[in-house]
Amino acid sequence: MNIPDHLRYTASHEWVTEPADGVVTVGISDYAQDQLGDVVYVELPETGREIGAGDQVAVVESVKTASDIYAPVSGTVESVNDALDGAPEQINHSPYQDGWLFRVRLSDASELTQLLDATAYRQAASEEG
Amino acid sequence: MPYIPHSQDDVRRALEAIGVDSIDALFDELPSSLLNPGIDLPPAMDETSLLAHLRALAAKDSSAGPDFLGGGMRRHFIPAVTPHLALQSEFVTAYTPYQPEVAQGVLQATFEFQTMMTELTGLDVANASLYDGATAVAEAALLAVRQTRRDAVLVSRGVHPETRAVLATYLRPLGVAVETLDLEGGCTPLPASPAEAACVIAQQPNFLGVLEDMRGLAEAAHAAGALLVAAVDPLSLAVLRPPGAYGADVAVGDGQTLGNPSSFGGPSFGFMVVRAAHLRQLPGRLVGQTTDAEGRRAYVLTLQAREQHIRRSKAKSNICSNHQLTALMATVTMAALGPQGLREMAAGSVRQAHRLAERLRAAGARLPLEAPFFNEFVMATRTPPARLRSELARRGVHAGVPVGTEYAFGDAVLLSTTELVTDADLDALLAALRDVGELAGAGAAHA
Amino acid sequence: MPEPRDLDFPSLFERSRPGRRAARPPRHGEPELEQLLGDGQLRERPPRLPEVSELDLVRHFTQLAHRQFSIDGNVYPLGSCTMKYNPKVHEEAARLFQELHPYQAPETAQGTLQLLFELQRDLGALTGMDAVSLQPAAGAHGELTGILMIRAYHEARGEGDQRRAVIVPDGAHGTNPATASMAGYHVIEVRSDERGEVDLAALRDALGPEVAAVMLTNPNTVGVFETRILEIARLAHDAGAQLYYDGANLNAIVGRVRPGDMGFDVVHLNLHKTFTTPHGGGGPGTGPIGVKSHLADFLPVPLVVATEDGYRMSEDVPRSIGRMRSYYGNVGNLVRAYAYIRSLGLEGLRRVSGHAVLNANYLRVRMQQAGFTVPYERLNMHEFVARPPEGVHTLDVAKALLDYGMHPMTVYFPLTVKEAMMVEPTETESLETLDAYAEALGEILARAKADPEYLEGAPYRTPVRRLDEVTAARQPVLAYPFASDPES
Repeated sequence: MNIPDHLRYTASHEWVTEPADGVVTVGISDYAQDQLGDVVYVELPETGREIGAGDQVAVVESVKTASDIYAPVSGTVESVNDALDGAPEQINHSPYQDGWLFRVRLSDASELTQLLDATAYRQAASEEG
Repeated sequence: MPYIPHSQDDVRRALEAIGVDSIDALFDELPSSLLNPGIDLPPAMDETSLLAHLRALAAKDSSAGPDFLGGGMRRHFIPAVTPHLALQSEFVTAYTPYQPEVAQGVLQATFEFQTMMTELTGLDVANASLYDGATAVAEAALLAVRQTRRDAVLVSRGVHPETRAVLATYLRPLGVAVETLDLEGGCTPLPASPAEAACVIAQQPNFLGVLEDMRGLAEAAHAAGALLVAAVDPLSLAVLRPPGAYGADVAVGDGQTLGNPSSFGGPSFGFMVVRAAHLRQLPGRLVGQTTDAEGRRAYVLTLQAREQHIRRSKAKSNICSNHQLTALMATVTMAALGPQGLREMAAGSVRQAHRLAERLRAAGARLPLEAPFFNEFVMATRTPPARLRSELARRGVHAGVPVGTEYAFGDAVLLSTTELVTDADLDALLAALRDVGELAGAGAAHA
Repeated sequence: MPEPRDLDFPSLFERSRPGRRAARPPRHGEPELEQLLGDGQLRERPPRLPEVSELDLVRHFTQLAHRQFSIDGNVYPLGSCTMKYNPKVHEEAARLFQELHPYQAPETAQGTLQLLFELQRDLGALTGMDAVSLQPAAGAHGELTGILMIRAYHEARGEGDQRRAVIVPDGAHGTNPATASMAGYHVIEVRSDERGEVDLAALRDALGPEVAAVMLTNPNTVGVFETRILEIARLAHDAGAQLYYDGANLNAIVGRVRPGDMGFDVVHLNLHKTFTTPHGGGGPGTGPIGVKSHLADFLPVPLVVATEDGYRMSEDVPRSIGRMRSYYGNVGNLVRAYAYIRSLGLEGLRRVSGHAVLNANYLRVRMQQAGFTVPYERLNMHEFVARPPEGVHTLDVAKALLDYGMHPMTVYFPLTVKEAMMVEPTETESLETLDAYAEALGEILARAKADPEYLEGAPYRTPVRRLDEVTAARQPVLAYPFASDPES
């Protein structure tokens, strides 16, 4: 199970990068994509949408399941990964790179400190299994 | 005891294996106050008595004789091959095709149904059917609300009154407002400003049998960012311009006219066909094409994440089943008739309706609408409609669907024809109407 | 038109040839459609429907039938689906009433109306409810009807704005929460306890002034009776909520226990389950509802009533929620259910539930002997949940069963049990059939141990092998891919 140290995580299996110019990138972890199985479709939020931490903002679908994706932080949706439309399998093959979901312009950078670091997330994920 | 195989020995063997003394003992955990209440049911009948009883009931019905009943259901030609094929026991006693390897029969038939519906309507994706035309319209409105995120819909009074009633029932709990567009001369005028509407809903042909300007309605809807939902008679699409060609976003309707008996109102089926852009919002089951492990073409239920068993409270609809078997009757019928046969049926029903209207006018009847109609039209009556219908029935003719007072015709009925209506049937209707005093004779003016 | 490959079973569109046809309707000459119907109303080109001879049509659908599993073909023990035998005399019954038009003069439909009236009465008697509507077209449709009535009830009492939530157990069928959403409610889930029943403490916590209804199935979705139902009803009612009965599992108790006596305010029945109207490959179902008298004013219209002038459809329901569908109901199926109730009578229906529970427990014992585990150590009712041994996947067992010509049980439901298999044999299966089923499962487990890869490749002997469902969802092809776009 690949859980990179440089990212932060939520208990609901989203990962978040460090901010670059106030913008973070969000995706789902290797653990999550493995649990889901082959991803067939992704429903992404609209750019420009205001979101709050904990809001349900996206859906990742496999053949037999649909997983709600929650915003790890508050802010505005800056951009979404349109490439997933024709290639949802990127979430399985490259969950931390090509499989990114959306980017958020932070409204409150202090929220990042509420997130789990890699060690804490590894712990949480192993307990769940 | 019918249908239950076990002999006394079987029961004994089963009880022994389980380790209980009696069948009643299997219910020991249940609160005793609940068990075995007195229930008043008629005594059991064997097969012979049952059929005799049912035949005696059926003898109190009568449906034979010249038939001019419409109002959303019509007793059209159903080829003998339709029930023979659709009601094979493998189709009748099958379950939903969740194990596709052993369900290619139902899955392929459904895929072929979906294809035929896209061809008839000129739109991109059809689902595997819904309950009926009325709930299909309601589901279409909900789709439009989700897609546009607006909370109002515009519906023409030309849409069947029962459909509009169902629409209201479905939309009220979600706080979606319904505004009704009144007719002018039997047609829907273009709405002035459907500004905040999620959709405009119109029926073609409409409830009064009149042909609407669907292209105009589509343009008006789109100009305001709303969807056009077209409620259509699928058989009429054998000759009429299809919804896809005039810009509809969603086509819905009831499939009864395609090969299902009327069966006192059900079951038939509803259909929904949409533009590709709305695929993700489509409720109901979908069958898709794929390949198996050895590269064979095969069919499977797909995009199930829209549905209740996966999405639960966030599903597009709570619908679990489809109307598979009645949709299959339509599939076989459409294939049996082909484009030419369906065209002949539609054209035949139009022909007879226009013949009837001509003869009625010549006999002094008042047909209040001038607008072009398909295979059904309004006739004003001297007798209140329900009584007229009974009087005609007493003379062996089934005619006179009442037109409600909301249409402001005074007393009026709908008269409809199918390709099965013969010229002798037309004679019979006119004779019956004359007999009842509805026709004053050629050239006589109405009061 | 794309050429089918050697392995492909032909599509109807591939059997089609221009100019062929099967059925011919009566002709009335060629009307001047453009003249009669007006400018711009006509199709420009015909739809690409199949053009086939009647014999080719018959071969196509007959061959398709041979590629389809059915109850008439072999055992089909899907949990919560009640795949019991569909009596053939019911088909004859339905044909007697199929020609009627819903709008014909009611005096000409007295036989059908009487049948529907008596069915309303009999379903009320069986469920212990005061009033019945035959309108809903499916179980889920019955659920929506019932929940909308509950909503109207609370509104009428001035508590509509206050009560915005519906409670469902965690093992509930997906239609329950989906129905709640369609009725404008949000859903509160309560967990089950270690015996598989609703956790009473959790329920107590969840109940409150914002709860409109509690939706329950009894027996529940793991096949056990909610033994504390009377207390659950008391708790719900004390909190001002209404209690809704999902009738999917009525086959376990029909004739022996009435939902009305358990304290339910609204009940829906699945006639295509308990009352053996055919499943038809996915529908049409039929989902009539029964209510206690305090809800009767809210029933959907129309209802069948008896008047001095005979039976009529009446819209006279003072505070009706309105119409739920067109016309009167799935009458064709209502006739079949009526025939079933008349054939069995009360004694027959009691035997149905008794034998349904007998057969389910018998098969459970046989499957336990074959190596499957059952999470709840108690007698089950008409169905039970089981699991394969550690390391064996339910999906693979299901696919392997197909090679034995038998249908798998329901898999991966309820969601509360991992690798769930839900099994409901019904009362119409013989012990030999159940023995053969358990034996096949035993063989499969043995094979799984000896040769796990074999199972992962199953099925081998069905018309098609395991399907690529991932590509089907990623690149949906939902209509026949004609080689070219239609000419305008």
